[in-house]
Amino acid sequence: MDILNALVVFLNFVFIPAAAYGAQLALGALGVTLIYGILRFSNFAHGDTMAFGTAIVILLTWGLQALGVSIQPLPTALLALVPAIALTAVLVLVTDRLVYRFYRKQKAAPIIFVMASVGVMFVMNGLTRLLIGVNEQRMDDGARFIIDVRTFREMTGLTEGLALRSTQALTVGLAFVVMIALFWFLNRTRSGKAMRAYSDNEDLALLSGIDPERVVRLTWIIAAGLMVIAGSLYGLDKSYRPFNYFQILLPIFAAAIVGGLGNPLGAIAGGFLVAFSEVAVTYPWVRVVGYLAPWYDPGQGNLMQLLGTEYKFAVSFVILIVVLLFRPTGLFRGKSV
Amino acid sequence: MATNRQAAASSPWRAPVVFAILAVLFVLEGTVRNSMFSGSWNTSLAILNMGLISAITALGVNMQWGYAGLFNVGVVGFLAMGALAPVLIALPPVEGAWEAGAPRLILSLLVGLGVLAAAKMVYTRWRKGWLVALVLLGGFFLFRHLFDPAVTAIEANNPARHGNIGGLGLPVLLSWLVGGLFAAAAAWAIGKVALGLRSDYLAIATLGIGEIIVAVMRNEDWLARGVKNITSIPRPVAYEVNLQRNPDFVAAAQDWGFSAAETSGIWVKLSYMSLFLVVLLAVILLAELALKSPWGRMMRAIRDNETAAEAMGKDVTGRHLQVFILGSAVIGIAGAMMVTLDGLLAPTSYNPLRYTFLIWVMVIVGGSGNNWGAVLGAILIWFLWIKAEVWGPAMIAALTSPMADGPLKAHLLDSSPHMRFIAMGMVLLLVLRFAPRGLVPER
Repeated sequence: MDILNALVVFLNFVFIPAAAYGAQLALGALGVTLIYGILRFSNFAHGDTMAFGTAIVILLTWGLQALGVSIQPLPTALLALVPAIALTAVLVLVTDRLVYRFYRKQKAAPIIFVMASVGVMFVMNGLTRLLIGVNEQRMDDGARFIIDVRTFREMTGLTEGLALRSTQALTVGLAFVVMIALFWFLNRTRSGKAMRAYSDNEDLALLSGIDPERVVRLTWIIAAGLMVIAGSLYGLDKSYRPFNYFQILLPIFAAAIVGGLGNPLGAIAGGFLVAFSEVAVTYPWVRVVGYLAPWYDPGQGNLMQLLGTEYKFAVSFVILIVVLLFRPTGLFRGKSV
Repeated sequence: MATNRQAAASSPWRAPVVFAILAVLFVLEGTVRNSMFSGSWNTSLAILNMGLISAITALGVNMQWGYAGLFNVGVVGFLAMGALAPVLIALPPVEGAWEAGAPRLILSLLVGLGVLAAAKMVYTRWRKGWLVALVLLGGFFLFRHLFDPAVTAIEANNPARHGNIGGLGLPVLLSWLVGGLFAAAAAWAIGKVALGLRSDYLAIATLGIGEIIVAVMRNEDWLARGVKNITSIPRPVAYEVNLQRNPDFVAAAQDWGFSAAETSGIWVKLSYMSLFLVVLLAVILLAELALKSPWGRMMRAIRDNETAAEAMGKDVTGRHLQVFILGSAVIGIAGAMMVTLDGLLAPTSYNPLRYTFLIWVMVIVGGSGNNWGAVLGAILIWFLWIKAEVWGPAMIAALTSPMADGPLKAHLLDSSPHMRFIAMGMVLLLVLRFAPRGLVPER
């Protein structure tokens, strides 16, 4: 029984939250890695564009809720995703036309692109503030739990409860669908193959008659979709505060680099790796250990927590440093230039 | 550093003209009282003082970017690193903290560093990943075993007033140098890892270290009381209250026709200003001398063509590390100066948008690679940033005045403070694109 209880605590506080968070990071890192693969720069505006896209989702959700539209038991925000993706795609395409295309034509150094993306980040941050302010906003509705603690306890008779929030299941499910669709697109369609060819070798792709501007446009549209979905899932699962989306930039970069920049499969693996390490390192293990080793007394006040939750970003940073030290191209051998 | 470096074709008068415009702006701020300016010398000098600190920060960033093309996205972290120095050096010692566990705390920190060094040695000697992991894991538990009780004891020591390890009670000016050293140490650690790899990696790594340093400052109460803030950091200049009690000073103020209260404020700000100017000019002098020396020519050669410089036998990564540390040290000095000016360390105010990205706007606008450009850009952008707080809402109010009252107008008026971010982002993008060499281009 104790082992089962320990397992339930582990699932409830470590596995499920980390899986949901990992799916969100993976979607974010996929966007970063795609932009890196095609446009060859690290997009610092990624987090703030996610915040902007999510702000649109929230506004549309509020509108739909006011109209009385609902798709119970799913959250209304899902309906708002499609128009929000379209709007965000238009925005990033305009940004590309006004900002990045100039440097692309000039063949500017990657660091100039990074700097331009910092400027874009500033503007996106301002736009988000203008649109929705800096405070916490909520948009979740629909069923709260798939399994709640009480039902689980009654069902199983265990002392520990397990809660599976509908947003967590939705996050993992939707992320899975999006990833499958993305890989199908990249591997099976003509446009996807063109994108991969362009990413592998630009000159050769140009010689084969691939239109570079079309590839870039496609990349931005897909990235916008990934950004809005990742941002909305993050906002549904945790809560929406624009500054959180700036802070999530570091774990996203860490995930993309761990997997190897420019490698989509690596980005997914990296996202889950970063999320699981972050949650595992900052979780107080005392209850799990209490069930597994009841004879061990950790002492009063010892939570058996390796690192306080306020340092969760330090975990992604340490992972980043270790990868940079020992394998700068990432676990899955991304681009090295 | 733009790749489209144009041939030098700028007028030598540009820097003096920008400087004159700045001077006029500050004089207007000090004398004219209307909807645009405050008409108070106290306000004007306060903006200028903070502008001078921003200028020193911008000089540090300019060394990294302008001399070497290194993109540091963790300026806020290096500023915070420097900001710790006045707290640890200049504050009087906290009674009971030493007895409570400061030696054990220092020992634990040394053990922590020792473990890292041991892990490095183990790796160079045996190249076994699992051995390194073992050393690190064991070291981590040893560190926590020493560290945690010491922290609990120190934080329990008079938590309402102190709860931190306190300072050494040394002169505050010394802490400026120590602030530079702190930031340099952080820069060494991060540069060692991230330099020599792809250029984006340094940007991402500095973004991380910036967030972590600020998180440490917020959460480690034993260090600088965390979010409870440190107040009353000793000043290197006179206090207004003491000046107002001094009869000679009051008499002199009356001779000039000012009230004692106003004059004491101005006097204090002028004293700060002279200190800041000394530091600023010293940094510029050293930077310019370095830039004109063979070392400076080598740095620019590396920046303009790394491959060629490397082929000529220059140690590119080593030089990058050197200039990255130097630049960060200058940023750290500015961080220490900033808390000295405020007399307050408030970790919650360390916001990357304000302290990292605004500094970048200053450097790019001023003219990367040019020290005077960085200084002028910093003071100009700082002035505009502060005044935009007043001008932005006024402008929005003027623009929306023909609109009918309603939720949209109210929303626009409410959100006008956020216009500053859009404006700064636009300035950065526009300068980067249309005038990549900035206000005062590199010679």
